[in-house]
Amino acid sequence: MRPIRWGHVLVAAVPVLFIGYFFLYPLIRILTLGLSELNIGFDGVEARLFHIGWFTLWQAVLSTVLTMVAAAPMTWAVSQFEFRGRKLATALVTVPFVLPTVVVGAAFVALGWRNSVGAILVAHIFFNIAVVVRTVGALWSRLDPDLHDAGRVLGASEWKVFRTITLPLLRPAIAAASAIVFLFTFTSFGVVLILGGFRYATLEVEIYRQAVTLFDLPLAAALAVVQLVGVTATLYAYSRYQERHTSTWALRAEANRPKPGGRARFLVGASVIGTLIALAIPVVVMVARSLRGVAYAGLFRDDPVVGAPIASIGNSLRFAVIASVIAVLIGVMASSVITGGGGAMSRWFDLTLMLPLGTSAVTIGFGFIVALGEPVDLRASFWLIPIAHALVAIPFVVRSTVPTLRSIPAETREAARVLGASPSRVWREIDLPIVARAALVGAAFAFVISLGEFGATSFIARPNTATMPVMIVRLLSRPGSASFAMALALAVILAGMTAVIVLWIDRLQFGEIGTF
Amino acid sequence: MRKSLTVAVLVAVAACGAEEAETPDSLRLMAHDSFAGSVSEETFADFTENTGIGVEMIAAGDAGSMVNQAALSKDNPLADVMFGVDDTFLSRAIDEEIFVGHRSGLLGQVDEQFVPDTDLVTPIDYGDVCINYDKSWFAEAGMAVPTELDQLRDPALAGVLTVEHPATSSPGLAFLLATIDEYGEDGWLEFWSDLKAGGVGVVPDWDTAYYSDFTPYGGDSPMVVSYASSPPAEVVFASEPIDEAPTGVVEAGCYRQVEYAGVLAGSDYPQAAGELIDFMLSVEFQETVPLTWFVFPVNGGAQLPPEFVEHTTIPADPARLDPATIAENRDRWIDEWVGVMEG
Repeated sequence: MRPIRWGHVLVAAVPVLFIGYFFLYPLIRILTLGLSELNIGFDGVEARLFHIGWFTLWQAVLSTVLTMVAAAPMTWAVSQFEFRGRKLATALVTVPFVLPTVVVGAAFVALGWRNSVGAILVAHIFFNIAVVVRTVGALWSRLDPDLHDAGRVLGASEWKVFRTITLPLLRPAIAAASAIVFLFTFTSFGVVLILGGFRYATLEVEIYRQAVTLFDLPLAAALAVVQLVGVTATLYAYSRYQERHTSTWALRAEANRPKPGGRARFLVGASVIGTLIALAIPVVVMVARSLRGVAYAGLFRDDPVVGAPIASIGNSLRFAVIASVIAVLIGVMASSVITGGGGAMSRWFDLTLMLPLGTSAVTIGFGFIVALGEPVDLRASFWLIPIAHALVAIPFVVRSTVPTLRSIPAETREAARVLGASPSRVWREIDLPIVARAALVGAAFAFVISLGEFGATSFIARPNTATMPVMIVRLLSRPGSASFAMALALAVILAGMTAVIVLWIDRLQFGEIGTF
Repeated sequence: MRKSLTVAVLVAVAACGAEEAETPDSLRLMAHDSFAGSVSEETFADFTENTGIGVEMIAAGDAGSMVNQAALSKDNPLADVMFGVDDTFLSRAIDEEIFVGHRSGLLGQVDEQFVPDTDLVTPIDYGDVCINYDKSWFAEAGMAVPTELDQLRDPALAGVLTVEHPATSSPGLAFLLATIDEYGEDGWLEFWSDLKAGGVGVVPDWDTAYYSDFTPYGGDSPMVVSYASSPPAEVVFASEPIDEAPTGVVEAGCYRQVEYAGVLAGSDYPQAAGELIDFMLSVEFQETVPLTWFVFPVNGGAQLPPEFVEHTTIPADPARLDPATIAENRDRWIDEWVGVMEG
């Protein structure tokens, strides 16, 4: 019998307990409570619910495909070439991801994009393009260029090399990014509400309507189950796909990107500038409207009603730091469990970690109320907010570290063991340096998710701490030209901070990633 | 074993002792985000000074979300006092038995239109949902500001009005209730079908209506459903100081919302919780209500600040429906409204 490795058990136990206590347990409690009172016999609502379910599904699929296509040129440019402003461009793409839906929604409405599926789809691309650029870009930048060059030398066209060599190698990252974008758009709430007019509702919107407005908790719970089934099926398909297509292929250090020359120079320029201009349109509307009156100066004044809006920056940063530390610790431990285990158990664990991305915020918020009162009453505590943020951020850390961990050839680890290294030393000296870089990509996402998060926490009873998105919504919910301009000014600051923070995190280097 | 038993008994005794204590160190006050967001250190400073009891705010989302949270946690309540439940959610809150009775000695100072026929909740403030209009647009167009709801049937006016959807917005629901109050079960849908034919705009929430569609903010609608307190807020929160509000209140089609506070069942300190509610009903607190939450005090002794006297009118005869009637019919009304407007 093999001795129990307590280190392994601990590494596995922490993420399992975390996700179990802060996600699965509240979820099960609220769903059982709701379903226990469900009366079967929907008297005619089935058709409407079917309609909602169908819309939810097809708009999410279409949004995901369109986001992939829209992100492709930018992803290619920033991952394949070195050019001045590359890191800045990558950081700028992340900005839309954190902007509060109300602010972007208002900008879209000002541009006349509303009351249509088109507006919903464009907004979904706008918000999610960063997920693709960063997730796929991280892997693409580390594919061994020899493969590409060999294909070209053997006479294949650039397109054929891309289709037959590069694309198959990128599959794990493409699948990961698609899964995340799909979950975000499948559970879309604010965008659908503000831009869709009223013909369109996702399951998420309907769950909110049933639970909060109509007090039909049983029907809301039933819909939440339908949503969960859809999300789980997607994730299951995704993880099966990942298993079949994991390639252990030589990755290179990412430092040696070529400078684009000739035609590539033009294409890179067009891709980067074109993408940034398109993303900038709603942001420019936002900036222009923030410049009225003395909006920025007003942020520093002590407002009689909301206090000094600028103070919300400190609150946001505090939550973001705590949330990303939690997310990275739990996420990296979880990734090593997922890649170390194998088989059905680790597949289901991986899938469970992704579930919070696809679970309705109302369900989680109400689940916390029902489940977290005992033994320690966490329900209205400060800690619940960064924990809720971390639940959403962990999947990003996991998605960026798992493919990297999987790509470490087993022989490398075995060789180290044969040479007498202990399991923890193998992890420290082989896995960690490689994983740190990937975890950093996840950390950047965790940080900005926490910075921009509003949806999930608005259903949690919480201490009265105003984060930036909360303050923006507060200012936008009262009349007055100064309120409006100040809200947009704060959103501009949030956007600027995001760009700076992401740029800074991207510049941190964690040792040298060896080529192997 | 014996030792741990003794400890357990001691802990239990200590716990009972704590429960019976008359004055807690602090009380937890649960409120919707718009109230909680505007609570500062000064808000309850006098209460703390007088009683030695601190007030801990818990923000609980919108009013509907808050009532749900209180209902889900009634065995182990999140707070001692809940504030901000209005007529549209009152029946649900009472049916869920989340409150215990408290009769404030200050109710004598409150106009009886605000006092509910139950001791479970105490009225604190009221606000009128009214159509707001852009003064300069009406002046330039040379059009008269409507004085009756019926005038909105004219496409020239219906086409420049934006309302919020009653399923997703509280002022949207209030305006729907105002039309039911005005036209009754037999006529209200016809009114809405005229509005639809005239091209009325429908948006999901107040901030879209006000900041995207209202003409002072670059939109196309010189009339939107907002509050009677919005014009004073335009003056208080103006970018550049202004003497006159750029917007005004259409006095027809207003709906009065009253917000209540109640002691949550299961609170360890019901008596202190009652004292907090009494404080919120005192003239001292009530006079801070207008400029902090942009609602009106229910205590008749409270003076309105000058901004509220100069820049708004309190509608003479706003609509109001009984909470039980609202609870009974709301879903059907919204469904029927959707049938007319989206059919």
